[in-house]
Amino acid sequence: MDFAFTPPLIASSELFFEGYRNTLLLSVGAMLGASVIGVVGASLRVWGGPVLSSIGGAYVEFFRNTPLLVQLSFFAVLFAPANLGISANPIVVGLIGLSIYTGSYVTEVIRSGILSVDSRQIEAARTLGLTQVQALRLVVLPQAIRTVIPPLGNLAIALVKNTAIVSAIAATELLKVAGIIETRTASFDGFLAALVAYWTITIPLAMLVDQAERRLGFSR
Amino acid sequence: MRRLIGFVMVTALAIGACTGGSGSSGSPAASTGGGAAASFSADSTMGKIKAAGKLVCGTKFDVVGFGFKNPTNNEVEGLDADLCREIAKAIGVPPEFVEAISANRLPFLKEDKVDIVISTMTITDERKKEIDFSKVYYKAGQSILVKKSSTIQKVEDLAGKKVCSGEGSTSEKNVRAKAPTAELLLFKTYTEAGQALADGRCEAVSTDDTILFGLAQKIADTELRGGQFTEEPLGIGIKKGKDDFVAFINATLDAMKADGRLKALYDKHVKPFSGKDVEVPF
Repeated sequence: MDFAFTPPLIASSELFFEGYRNTLLLSVGAMLGASVIGVVGASLRVWGGPVLSSIGGAYVEFFRNTPLLVQLSFFAVLFAPANLGISANPIVVGLIGLSIYTGSYVTEVIRSGILSVDSRQIEAARTLGLTQVQALRLVVLPQAIRTVIPPLGNLAIALVKNTAIVSAIAATELLKVAGIIETRTASFDGFLAALVAYWTITIPLAMLVDQAERRLGFSR
Repeated sequence: MRRLIGFVMVTALAIGACTGGSGSSGSPAASTGGGAAASFSADSTMGKIKAAGKLVCGTKFDVVGFGFKNPTNNEVEGLDADLCREIAKAIGVPPEFVEAISANRLPFLKEDKVDIVISTMTITDERKKEIDFSKVYYKAGQSILVKKSSTIQKVEDLAGKKVCSGEGSTSEKNVRAKAPTAELLLFKTYTEAGQALADGRCEAVSTDDTILFGLAQKIADTELRGGQFTEEPLGIGIKKGKDDFVAFINATLDAMKADGRLKALYDKHVKPFSGKDVEVPF
């Protein structure tokens, strides 16, 4: 046993945790971004009238039907200082790109959740004297949430896994650091550790979704 | 610039004509230093190559200035390619080019698919266990490519700056060692790193100058700065067990140094990119 040998992961632990932090940041940040985009997008599609509704539809169909890798590569160049000058930071570009991409899916999920509640329930609620906002908040929302929690959970897990694609625009996230560690040490420990690290994010997320589903699904 | 290159080429041709001998006729050339170029004993490596009627060289096909297959005329151009031509001439056979990338060049030698590999290959102790090397024919080194408007002058100036390089390269390691606070953006290919420099996502690209020369050509308003901050000596690779061939190639390089052919090749292929005179490294 050679004790002078430092295992590759220990030697590069600082780098590895930088990657882990950035993967977490991309996951959580894009989840928030995609949620906001999804709520706005779904509202436009359901209540936005013909023009806004078709704008929302075009957004969904475009970003849902093109590869994320191509979108990210395009945004990286488009946002660069020489072009739009929005950001040179691949993490920021990744956050925006992942939010827009995942947001298109979230829009559709929330839209279907709203539409799953029979519109006659709103009419009934209004007849009973509730305002439109009250009807949405007290009648539609509680039922819609129950419908959308499982698909939203799936999207969140897919999003965590999609953060790996941001490595293609040179973001220092888990996949990138695994590659760097492999180069430095000719060891694939970095990839093994990255797999475990993704798992530490997705498994608690899946459990959380499961719990929310059970708590909210009481009457279905 | 173009006129300068033309002048250099004419000079190189003139020097070649005066001292190189006429390759195709196979007449003995005094300048090869390897004895009579035309007559080798049949069981020497050179004799076998002569019997085969061609010298097969493995070179890069995509590195401008060293080994680059020109798409307009299908000629392999660059320092590595011309070195192959010179060695072929010294033996008295025509050269034949095979694309040798980093991943396949050692197997090519071992399997006798090529006679020699001249493919921007750094001489390392690890590779010396597998193959033999000629003497150093070019001293490459890691350098920095920046926009001409940049204030970065040397590797230490990279501190705190965004620097692009290749994932899976020793270049990344070298930058971290010389400028620990540099923020590294690592791409799969150097073309992507070059694009990132072009659109301002990073302020410098750092890797071997042999690669940067080509990038500098493709991206407008860029130049190399700060010279070389690592040493990457390039050598010609030869299969183990061909000591006579190693000696012959070294003698040919010596002769090319002595009569200025080597310097002329540097001037022709490297100087237009580096903008500086290249010293013969031996």
